[in-house]
Amino acid sequence: MKHATQPVSLKRTLLSTTAAAAIASAGMMGISATVQAEETFKVGLVTFLSGGASGPFGVPAAQAAETVIKAINAGELPPPYDTPGINGLQLESVVVDEAGGPTQQVEEYRNLVQRQNVNAVIGYISSGDCLAVGPVAEELQTFTIAFDCGTPRMFEELDNPTYFFRTGLDAVADNVGAARYLQDIHPDVTRVAGIQQNYAWGQDSWLDFTLSMEQLMPDADIVNNQTPQLFSGSYGSEISALQTRRPEIVHSSMWGGDMESFVSQANSRGLLGQATAILTTGESGLHRFEGQAPNGTILGGRGPFGAFMPENALSEWFNDAYQAEHGTKPSYPSSKMAQAILALKFAADNSGADGVPTSEQLASTLKGAEFESVSGTVRMALAGGHQAMQDMLYGEYHYTSGEGAELRNVRSYRGECVSAPDGQNAQEWIEAGFPGAQCD
Amino acid sequence: MLTVWAILIDGFIYASWLFLVAAGLTVIYGVMRILNMAHGSLYALGAYAAASAIGWYYAGGGSQLWMAFAILASCALLIGAISGLLIERGILRLMYGRDEILMLIVTFAILLILEDVMKLLWGTTPYFAWQPYAAMGRVEIDVLTVSGYDIMVLCLSAVIGLGLWFWLERTNTGKILRSIIHDREVSEAMGVNVRRMFTITFMIGATLGAVAGGITAPIISVVPGIGIEVIVLAFAVVVTGGLGSITGAAAGAIIVGLARATSIHTMPQFELFIIYAVMAGVLIFRPNGLFGQAIARKI
Repeated sequence: MKHATQPVSLKRTLLSTTAAAAIASAGMMGISATVQAEETFKVGLVTFLSGGASGPFGVPAAQAAETVIKAINAGELPPPYDTPGINGLQLESVVVDEAGGPTQQVEEYRNLVQRQNVNAVIGYISSGDCLAVGPVAEELQTFTIAFDCGTPRMFEELDNPTYFFRTGLDAVADNVGAARYLQDIHPDVTRVAGIQQNYAWGQDSWLDFTLSMEQLMPDADIVNNQTPQLFSGSYGSEISALQTRRPEIVHSSMWGGDMESFVSQANSRGLLGQATAILTTGESGLHRFEGQAPNGTILGGRGPFGAFMPENALSEWFNDAYQAEHGTKPSYPSSKMAQAILALKFAADNSGADGVPTSEQLASTLKGAEFESVSGTVRMALAGGHQAMQDMLYGEYHYTSGEGAELRNVRSYRGECVSAPDGQNAQEWIEAGFPGAQCD
Repeated sequence: MLTVWAILIDGFIYASWLFLVAAGLTVIYGVMRILNMAHGSLYALGAYAAASAIGWYYAGGGSQLWMAFAILASCALLIGAISGLLIERGILRLMYGRDEILMLIVTFAILLILEDVMKLLWGTTPYFAWQPYAAMGRVEIDVLTVSGYDIMVLCLSAVIGLGLWFWLERTNTGKILRSIIHDREVSEAMGVNVRRMFTITFMIGATLGAVAGGITAPIISVVPGIGIEVIVLAFAVVVTGGLGSITGAAAGAIIVGLARATSIHTMPQFELFIIYAVMAGVLIFRPNGLFGQAIARKI
């Protein structure tokens, strides 16, 4: 019995030792994993990495995120963001392709939050994706910043959001600004036409622009609007239809490869010699328009972004760092992504959290706040403190062989001049003649 | 009156492009009874090859238009023929005799694979090869202008259409192909090397797709996904005209082109709808398309 007991005892000892070691090891690993998890703040970055929007929008935005996150982690940003990490935590990103449409993006969002366990999400160029993801962000109670999408319906359809923010302007500001620029620079225009991609963004933009023109330049006739399919790429017939209506101004909210293809084709066909184009997203093509867009083409950058950025320590750092890393100057999608990440750093650094800030802490810090960015001071003054209010700028494209591409005749319109007061429907505000607008 | 001229000019220019895109699809279906969904990828491959080669030529200081066209044509022909050969020999020949639906699924799988291969090779950044389009100038009709490049596409499309007709109707190879279309088994029994003819046909169809992409590259921004956009449009055209009929593809392209141009000039909001409305209208009265023929099923 004795003899028999000893091995059992030894076996038990070995087993218990192994089990204890395993548990201790697992515990250590668990602790280590917890420490590891608490050392980083994980952010999901969603932007187009494929498809028509990737080249001019999605990839530059992803590149900007890479540049800014690297600098944040190294503590290389100028003040007030010169502390390493966000709230002392290293920032880790999980990049997701925005291609595939709203249904897929909702799945990707759930995957980011529920499987990848990200602490926050920054992303979305497409208005359709923003409209779809906003309610899911609220449902999953995850701090989310829409960095670029422009639909004004976002906060009209999302009642009293807690977790969903937009750190850029909406399409209303783009198009009220466009009408104001025309009023200032081309006050005698009598024939205006348009070409917009045939979906919510294009239709909303055209509606806002034409309503604004009715108020600001009532003598100008709207003679035609073309609505080609998104990503159709070829606009020969649309250009003919515009030419036959003899417009003096052609307004377009088209973006990305579609916008650049249209400019190239319209210039070759002579339309841009017959009429001046005003492109609300044109700044994204500024450095590729050589030989394709005539001087005098009016460009917008969806706010003080890209070539419209004001001179300050952050914008100078961003311009230099982006150009050094990616070989080109940042366009507006890059600046808007940088702004969204700075908003996250602002919210985290000021959350008062010990360790990883919660979505509630981030949201309550950013709501209604003012923070410094590459575009100057950003006021989260609209949509109950969830939407940024900023100036809108337009300028004329000029290319000279010595200077390269630049913007001339730039005009800036205050946020209070181009955005409806908080809580007011934008189209009703425009139709009522912009009551309360402060344009001085 | 200017609008009427504009509709006719735009309609025929668009129709010529549609025919270029659809011709290869209908040739392959006509002879091989394969609805080749990978045709969209062959179009995209031609566009990418041409856009990168033209970009490389102009970035290197080139300025000769004829040279740009020589490069464009060589790239498109080469990539179309090689891809066609690889797809037919490597995959499709293993599937001959299977159900048409299975062949459709196989070619759809090839389309998806090639889409990702193109992303690996060319990335996701758009390619612009606008220089030949701009260099060909324009013709002015009052306030309306017509691009010289578009006129060239119109002429090329007519030449390709006539060439295909001549090949099928007036050459020995064409007669053999028509015999295969009529009855593959009898043709084989009469000594026709059907497999070899299939290889030739698929290579020609694939090359037509790549040439269409190459010709289109200077007009558009070449981005991932253009192949999928185009296959839907090409399918609408060949179904309207009648699957497998070159004349049908030409007729379908002209009808769709003119209908679309009319819509753009008069009711622009119906631009996309009108293409599929025309297709649906034709299929209601002629379920096999304008020039399609009902085929008795062999039991």
